[in-house]
Amino acid sequence: MVRSDDILVRIRGLVFAHGRRRIFDGIDMDIHRGAVTAIMGPSGTGKTTLLKLIGGQLKPRSGTVEVDGHDVHRLSRGALYRLRKRMGMLFQSGALLTDLNVFENVAFPLREHTDLPESMIRSLVLMKLEAVGLRGARDLMPAQLSGGMARRVALARAIALDPMMIMYDEPFTGQDPISMGVLVKLIRTLNDALGLTSIVVSHDVAETASISDYIYVLSGGRIVGQGTPDELRRSDSPWVRQFMDGLPDGPVPFHYPAPEYREDLLR
Amino acid sequence: MIDPLQRLGAASLNAFAKLGRANLFLALALTGVPEILRRPGLLIRQMYMVGVLSILLIALSGLFVGMVLGLQGYNVLSDFGAEESLGVMVAASLVRELGPVVTALLFSGRAGSALTAEIGLMKATEQLSGMEMMAVDPMKRVITPRLFAGILSMPLLAGLFTYIGIYGGYFVGVLLLGVDEGSFWSQMQAAIDFREDIINSVIKSLAFGVIVTWIAVFEGYDAVPTSEGVSRATTRSVVYSAFAVLGSDFILTALMFGE
Repeated sequence: MVRSDDILVRIRGLVFAHGRRRIFDGIDMDIHRGAVTAIMGPSGTGKTTLLKLIGGQLKPRSGTVEVDGHDVHRLSRGALYRLRKRMGMLFQSGALLTDLNVFENVAFPLREHTDLPESMIRSLVLMKLEAVGLRGARDLMPAQLSGGMARRVALARAIALDPMMIMYDEPFTGQDPISMGVLVKLIRTLNDALGLTSIVVSHDVAETASISDYIYVLSGGRIVGQGTPDELRRSDSPWVRQFMDGLPDGPVPFHYPAPEYREDLLR
Repeated sequence: MIDPLQRLGAASLNAFAKLGRANLFLALALTGVPEILRRPGLLIRQMYMVGVLSILLIALSGLFVGMVLGLQGYNVLSDFGAEESLGVMVAASLVRELGPVVTALLFSGRAGSALTAEIGLMKATEQLSGMEMMAVDPMKRVITPRLFAGILSMPLLAGLFTYIGIYGGYFVGVLLLGVDEGSFWSQMQAAIDFREDIINSVIKSLAFGVIVTWIAVFEGYDAVPTSEGVSRATTRSVVYSAFAVLGSDFILTALMFGE
């Protein structure tokens, strides 16, 4: 396991709001180079928003996000695009281009950003597809893929330009146990084999904890717990306990805020 | 009392904000022009999608409109013994009005709605977002080629519509109803002016091309990224295009042909 003090993503005092609703209320976070860092929390805590803030697709109200020493939200458009070439992102839906087949989807970033000859693009694409086990599916269209396969193609596409980091948005949601296992293994293997830094946003506790080096637990716009998977399992914070054990009620209430039940019925 | 007033205010603010977004959007799309000059393949592919695939619809519609014009024109003109002028009537109505206007309306139904739905769905399925994260500007990669494909296809399609429409009129008027072929063509040749009629017709169809495609790609890009949002955007795209085409046709006609 790689565990250096070299920090790739440094988030300080991050505040973000959708209209009046505060999504993040002063978050500090360090993502170490070479590690798999998980960001967990209940649905609706803005985990995906956090990835979009790191990728520079959204702007925070205040606070900074530094990636590899660059303040993402102060970069010029050109510099941001250059930085993004070194960041891969795996969307929940896969976000494959539906008018291109699997091969062309993986080739897309290579064709857009390089002038490599066709034979080299072919070799690179086949290597990336081999890494996710889908070299044989190169001629299929995205509509013919299962959800798990689509995510693996998207993963091959995300590593096409050999990025320094990959962000996974809910990679396990809606997967059957087999493709879930495949994805879990792939994330860890690719991270170590390619020397990547991975950020995994998820609420699948067991799967995510099994491959993470460090975990942040978000709730209500704050970090309510952090540590290695073992530290979190031993944590006695009620927030962390509720989340790790999957308890329906606790600091995160089961009920959406509502007027008193009895009064509401008798009105 | 204050409520309807407030809603009116909110609605007009929204309308102006949308107009502003649409203009910013167009300005951004224009910055993609060097990209399509560098990679003409992107534009050609889209011209195939919006232009070439519309040819059958436009050609058939042109034929039928021309045939109806021939029939109706003959009925009216023959009452005055002026059926030799059928060629002028058919050609003038097609070149000046029906060619650009009907083509624009058909084009918005065939290609505009498809553009809106395609871009809206690309947004809903995070394809645009995904491109951004791959450091590919969706504005330059997706929007600009489609916008220019539409703008360039419109005059070509309108020309085709007019051309085939005239032959439709010829078919009914000359071949079926027996109008004299020589006067059909020679009167048309004498009456239709190149600058006054043909050039103005091309200007009109270019303007409609800008209007229809701009509305189509903007509505797609601005769509709420859900199934319902995309369906509403597609409807709006066709409805707004129809209004904008007919409204601007009146203005353009007044400027071009109003003495």
